[in-house]
Amino acid sequence: MKRTLCFAKRNLKEIVRDPISAGFGIVLPIAILVLLSIINSNIADEAKNDMFEITKLAPGIGVFGLSFVSLFAALLIAKDRGSSFMLRLYTSPMTGSDFILGYALPLVPMAAAQLIVCFAAAIALGLPVSVNILLCIAVCLPIMIVNIAIGLICGTCLNEKAVGGLCGALLTNLTAWLSGCWFPLDLLGGTFKTVAYILPFANAVDAARAAIDGRYSDIPGTLWVVCVWAVCLMAIAVAVFAQKKKLK
Amino acid sequence: MNAIETKNLTKCFGAVTAVDALDLTVREGELFALLGVNGAGKTTTIKMLSGLLKPTDGTARILGYDLAGELPAIKPLLAVSPQETAVAPNLTVRENLELIAGIYGSDRARVQKMIDELGLKKAEKFKAKTLSGGWQRRLSIAMALVSDPKLLFLDEPTLGLDVLARRELWKVIEGLRGKVTVILTTHYMEEAEQLSDRVGVMNEGRLLMSGTPRELLDAAGTENFEEAFVRLAGGETA
Repeated sequence: MKRTLCFAKRNLKEIVRDPISAGFGIVLPIAILVLLSIINSNIADEAKNDMFEITKLAPGIGVFGLSFVSLFAALLIAKDRGSSFMLRLYTSPMTGSDFILGYALPLVPMAAAQLIVCFAAAIALGLPVSVNILLCIAVCLPIMIVNIAIGLICGTCLNEKAVGGLCGALLTNLTAWLSGCWFPLDLLGGTFKTVAYILPFANAVDAARAAIDGRYSDIPGTLWVVCVWAVCLMAIAVAVFAQKKKLK
Repeated sequence: MNAIETKNLTKCFGAVTAVDALDLTVREGELFALLGVNGAGKTTTIKMLSGLLKPTDGTARILGYDLAGELPAIKPLLAVSPQETAVAPNLTVRENLELIAGIYGSDRARVQKMIDELGLKKAEKFKAKTLSGGWQRRLSIAMALVSDPKLLFLDEPTLGLDVLARRELWKVIEGLRGKVTVILTTHYMEEAEQLSDRVGVMNEGRLLMSGTPRELLDAAGTENFEEAFVRLAGGETA
């Protein structure tokens, strides 16, 4: 466990000291939150558009912001793999679980910090302070694990350049479009909506919104899908990493 | 006791044989240089002996343990300083050393010892990525030594360094003589001659000859080490 914690501490420092992480992980989601809140304040009441209301927006942005966790994880692993530093670690007594946990653990406080900053900004923009915010943060845990697992898989399989494209552009866009955090999925409906609800992102946003609204009985109905994805993707991440680490 | 004993150790990548039936013995505390041109099989040998590559054939015993079956027992006893600088870029010099010390379960006093012994004091608070090539190499070797290994692999430790930085690193490596078994790969003749107790000459995956620098000179019938290498690698002997 000491090895895992040493490695996790190193990884946390690497992420925190990378200005791109702070920029994308914290500043960008808040900028979007503020921007959409300003747009919302300028929508006439007659339009009856509640899409960008802070109670809907904050949980959506919270889930969307977590997609950057994949980018942090994938970039760090891909960079390590591309350097001799990984060779040094492979010759050390570190085991597969030391590696996986060492990469995953520091992302938990990073993601928690992201959510806390996001909801603090939302409170400043008018989100009522309640215990439901804490519940919402807890409900975001499974989608956080989904994103960590995606990051582990991409970082293990792809090089740094490909990771930037896949996690930095494709995944964040997928999360944005298929989570329903920008617009109601009912607007498009059909196959788009079906696919969105097979994937974890829209379910995560719905569960987070139910938590903020205090609709507690609605949470398990969508959160279980996210939990299944989290377990499956983490199992795949462990298997992929173990396979790559195996002796050639 | 022998630190390394290999018998018929072979590594093939498809149709290419990178290391061909290597029989090698390195005694404990010895500074052994593997000398060869690029592609001679030096790095592949190190990768096999440090558990990074699985041999295609043959056996190896490292510090009395069987490489194939007892790798977890071997890993805490060895350290590798890879060919390219292997440091965590956003960590300071001290943090890099603390990381490796933590992974191997070494105490903090050992970190301080490495900082003092390898002259890293004035750079200890600098991030690794801001260091020059020579300092990064020095840090890389310090990271390999912080775990107090019994066996140290230095893969081309002075590659790409200027003359002054190379000589500085030589002093560090010479300081290890007798304390740690060191396997050093290099294609610098003077480095092998200056630093090593024994030298193994590799070419096209095969170990052509091993012995003290004097024995190699005698075998090649010359007093010039570079000439001796050229003759031995070319299959000539006196």
